Amino acid sequence: MDVNWDLIVNAIVTGIVLGGFYASVAIGVTIAFGMLDIVNIAHPAFIIVGGYLAFYGRDRFALDPLVSILVFAPLGYLIGRIFYRGYHRFFESRGDESLQGLAFFFGVLFVVEIGIVLVSGVDYRSVETAYLDSSLSAGFVSVPWRMLAPFVIALGMLGGIQLFLLKTFTGRAILAVAQDFEAVRLIGADPIRAKEIAFGIAVGTAIVAGVLLIIIQPIEPSIAREYIGRAFAICVLGGIASIPGTLVASLVLGVAESMTTTFFGPSWAPAVAFGLLLLTLTFKPSGIFGR
Amino acid sequence: MTTNTLAEPERSPSTGLLAIRADVLILISGVGLVILTMLLSGRISEYYFLAAYTILQFVVLGTAWNILGGYGGYINFGTAGFFAIGCYTTVVLIKLGPMPLAVSMAAAAIVAALVGLGTGYLTLRLRGVYFSIATLALAIVLQTLVINWTFVGGARGIYVIRPAVSGIFSSYVQLILVMMIGLTTVSLIIARAVERSWIGIGLAAIRDDEGAAETCGVPSLRLKLIATTLSGALMGLAGSLFPYFVTYVDPATAFGLPIAVNSIAMPLIGGTATWWGPVVGALLLGSTQQILTVTISSAANLFIVGLLLVAFLIVAPRGVVGLVRDWQARRE
Repeated sequence: MDVNWDLIVNAIVTGIVLGGFYASVAIGVTIAFGMLDIVNIAHPAFIIVGGYLAFYGRDRFALDPLVSILVFAPLGYLIGRIFYRGYHRFFESRGDESLQGLAFFFGVLFVVEIGIVLVSGVDYRSVETAYLDSSLSAGFVSVPWRMLAPFVIALGMLGGIQLFLLKTFTGRAILAVAQDFEAVRLIGADPIRAKEIAFGIAVGTAIVAGVLLIIIQPIEPSIAREYIGRAFAICVLGGIASIPGTLVASLVLGVAESMTTTFFGPSWAPAVAFGLLLLTLTFKPSGIFGR
Repeated sequence: MTTNTLAEPERSPSTGLLAIRADVLILISGVGLVILTMLLSGRISEYYFLAAYTILQFVVLGTAWNILGGYGGYINFGTAGFFAIGCYTTVVLIKLGPMPLAVSMAAAAIVAALVGLGTGYLTLRLRGVYFSIATLALAIVLQTLVINWTFVGGARGIYVIRPAVSGIFSSYVQLILVMMIGLTTVSLIIARAVERSWIGIGLAAIRDDEGAAETCGVPSLRLKLIATTLSGALMGLAGSLFPYFVTYVDPATAFGLPIAVNSIAMPLIGGTATWWGPVVGALLLGSTQQILTVTISSAANLFIVGLLLVAFLIVAPRGVVGLVRDWQARRE
């Protein structure tokens, strides 16, 4: 059989770059689901909100999409904190989070999706910037900047969050909440506040991922649902609560999808995440970095 | 935990007598609806038949969802996936040759039940949320499969020609409405039987505290698998009639958001603890949507369902049934 190495190498490079972006999609789920035990399946809804914020920022105020991250990420953080307060009050403190809480997030997911349809229609939206149109080439490998910039930003975001969690008091309190909720009180931190901050960060990352998404490709409202499978597949494969695990799992999924797209066609790509998820749940539910 | 109040069964000294009455009531309603359909055929606009079919389809889907979700506390986000399995099983059989409705319904039930069993077997041994996430992704992967499968029309969809009807039926719409009434009756009787049997009691124990239930000897995996299989089969059955109903099937409709959303919203808004909660929810939401679709767009329609779902979960987590019970308790 004639193996086309150019094609394979290009697919792997594209997959790694795509995987970096997926890390920005999944990190919020790793924080909310893995560390805080909040099954936020509405996470992709916040991603799509981020994408549309970037679109309207560009469309109405001529805001550069990359610069707009500096505006929208803090906004997402605030939304996340407020959102968690409501969730805690109505579901967590009632002990209803397993059934009603999950259904609530599902409700939020599609209220946001349909809300965007009502506001913006089902047309594809995109942002154009001249400097993102070119590609970085090295030999026969070529990666467009509109994929490379999100890759770099996503890696920076993951590194920043990992440093914050390991080096600051609040960050350690968040990690402690993941292990023992009650014990956090003993070290003089408020576990509810730690969860609120962490959830704010999770939603902030979702907004950033949304801005990165619209830089990579045009978006429409229902695209959010494709990312549920991806985000949770990565989170589970990466060992649920581990940030390095999230990064590795993202790269694995990115390369697997890119290979599938190259050799079987793009219409098969959405099934890859589910296959990976089922395989992980069947053979190693604790993930590759799991304890 | 509030689950204790959720799980309250209908307590009555004459449970046996009441049990017969409710079953008979469901059966009489079913027969009554069939007679009504036969009498009204040709006298009223066919639109009413189509509306009635849609509402009953949601009664079946809500009831099916509730067997696992309401009784056992395991949320299935993939109703649309199971519905579409039923739908496309019928499409495949139609493409293979002329097929009696009963055969395609039976095949749809079996395929959907097996997929339910398989997904359940792989994920139900883990925490409940993994099952929910898997069902969410299942719908997407099945849709990907169908989009790439040209035999059943791929992304473009496929036209289904209704066979000619003969005998006592005067139109095909009338025939499938009668089938849907029958399916609704069977679903409700099954749901009620599950609720009152050892399966329902075991599922309620799992929902309240799975660890404790297992310690007490409740065979949790077996019960959950029974519920998932049964629930999947009923969803598949509802889907098996769909190609004849719409005569044109495409992945976007069969896997549509309205099915996934309504089948969760209806039981949760109606009340998940009893078999009649989903019926109340489906009748309320279903008829409201039928009226709204005429006046406003279907997107705005779904938006209202979503807002209602979120509002009910926050304000009245036990649904309409819970509200009625609270009101009764306050009066006493």
